Amino acid sequence: MNTQSNPTPESRHDSQINEAQGIAPAAMSATRPMYWSVRRELWENRSIYIAPLAVAAVYLFGFLISLFWVPRSMRGMAAAHDLTPPVALAMPYSHAAMLLTLIAFLVGIFYSLDALHGERRDRSILFWKSLPVSDLTTVLSKASIPLVVLPLLVFAITVASQLIMLLLSAAVLLVSGTSTATPWAPPLFEMELVLLYGLTVLALWHAPIYCWLLLVSGWARRATFLWAVLPPVAIGVFEKIAFHTSYVGSLLHDRLFGFAAGAFDLKDKAGIPVDPHFIPLTQLAPGRFLSSLSLWVGLMVAAALLAAAVRLRRYREPI
Amino acid sequence: MTIIEARGLHKAFGKTIALNGVDLRIDEGRILGLIGPNGAGKSTALNAILGLTHYQGELKVLGRNPWIERDQLMRDVCFIADVAVLPRWMRVSQALDYVAGVHPRFDRAKAESFIAKTDIRRASKVRELSKGMVTQLHLALVMAIDARLLVLDEPTLGLDILYRKQFYDSLLNDYFDRSRTILVTTHQVEDVQHVLTDLRFINRGRIVLECSMEEFESRYLELTVHPERGAAARELKPIHKRQALGRSILLFDLKADTIDRQQIAALGDVRTPSIADLFVALLANKPGNQAGEARVNDEGADR
Repeated sequence: MNTQSNPTPESRHDSQINEAQGIAPAAMSATRPMYWSVRRELWENRSIYIAPLAVAAVYLFGFLISLFWVPRSMRGMAAAHDLTPPVALAMPYSHAAMLLTLIAFLVGIFYSLDALHGERRDRSILFWKSLPVSDLTTVLSKASIPLVVLPLLVFAITVASQLIMLLLSAAVLLVSGTSTATPWAPPLFEMELVLLYGLTVLALWHAPIYCWLLLVSGWARRATFLWAVLPPVAIGVFEKIAFHTSYVGSLLHDRLFGFAAGAFDLKDKAGIPVDPHFIPLTQLAPGRFLSSLSLWVGLMVAAALLAAAVRLRRYREPI
Repeated sequence: MTIIEARGLHKAFGKTIALNGVDLRIDEGRILGLIGPNGAGKSTALNAILGLTHYQGELKVLGRNPWIERDQLMRDVCFIADVAVLPRWMRVSQALDYVAGVHPRFDRAKAESFIAKTDIRRASKVRELSKGMVTQLHLALVMAIDARLLVLDEPTLGLDILYRKQFYDSLLNDYFDRSRTILVTTHQVEDVQHVLTDLRFINRGRIVLECSMEEFESRYLELTVHPERGAAARELKPIHKRQALGRSILLFDLKADTIDRQQIAALGDVRTPSIADLFVALLANKPGNQAGEARVNDEGADR
């Protein structure tokens, strides 16, 4: 047996020096595994940023083409729809924001459905579990993508796109010699504040949806989409047929769309409905939203679903 | 110091019993091979040790309960589960970044120098590497971690003989020292015969042979019998008999103390058997074997 004849004490020694210098485990900040886990998600799922960027690029290109007949159309639109100037001016900008928010929602759904499934499908879960990263860190990093990363990303991309739109409009106006005396720019700063508020509201409101999808992705062996969607729908249909009520259906509907009525005053003081293309700051209702019971029930459900997903991951093996 | 201490490890998947009371103890500085047929419970035992599967029984790895404390345990334990678990979308440079980011005991410069000795390019994705290169990459990552226990589950499955040889050579030359411990399962036993310090056979969820390699070498003897001495050799009750190129090859267990080495050597050419031959002798063709005892009944071997 010659296998033990070549000990290499240097490596041990090095590690002791490292420990003495404080590069030892205890010195590693608790947030580092979290940071690298989130980065890892972005490496693997590049659609998280490519999809909104691509949509923004297409939208900007379309907007550029539309600028060649913008002064005429703007007047025409305002007249035809009897819109107040800020709404008419804001429309292309808020369309961009709405489109990007919708894309982020779709990306978030498909990301969450695959997050804890893909690693089992390709067996890489065995590699991830061979590293000192807890199941809690892993699941939280995956939950942070739809709840934190995507909203921030959409906000940044939307602001950048809207600034580009503003510059393009200004350039076209200058070149065409149209008078800038008539209003041509929407109140962009106010719009960005409302967008940031809206994205925060959406993330909080939709949190239980994303967490449910994460749990299903960690649990189902295949067909995660069906497992995520069919049970709630089946319960709703059963309720409708058996009891002729639709509490489940309205609960689901409220969880998808209820944020609008909860977080915004959709009618102004005179009782006139606010156009969703331009919601002034005065119509935000953060106090009402934060004190609504359904927000907090939703967040508690989200936390419970996440806790279940963390616990489940400990038991999970490759499929 | 004891690195792994398992007592009465039990695990069932439905009606299939994967582990049926496994006792396993590994001390620091040993290289232990856990050898067994397919479905013997090797991977289940390793998964329990790594905190990847739930089990009944007592198990301490580096003093910790692996099921409860997997993430802390993984600071001191590394494992290569098999050749295909590195995520295929990952770039080599990303793998280095990530492990350096999350592992407090990872020495990046060391990993880079291991990779520099191979043909792996840092910009490549794992899916673009050959199977052998993926193993080299994984080994480079693992060897750069200052861990106390390395667990290898079929690490060289599907690799050609050059990569396999290289794999164990680098393990011994660049990684192993007396303060580290390695636990390995493999079907390619000929590759590890001269690497191991300790040997365990596992069958049907139980440990059926437990010995150090020194013990293995002094205890088991393979005799290629001179044709005219066949009858005399058979009287010494070999535990296994096979034919090769028209000659009888008998395997003896000297632990019984009824025979000694000289006696056997007089009957032909003797040598240390391969692990594979002992494996076949002890485990093959014994459907009714209740696996508790490795000792083979004499009639079975004598026929």
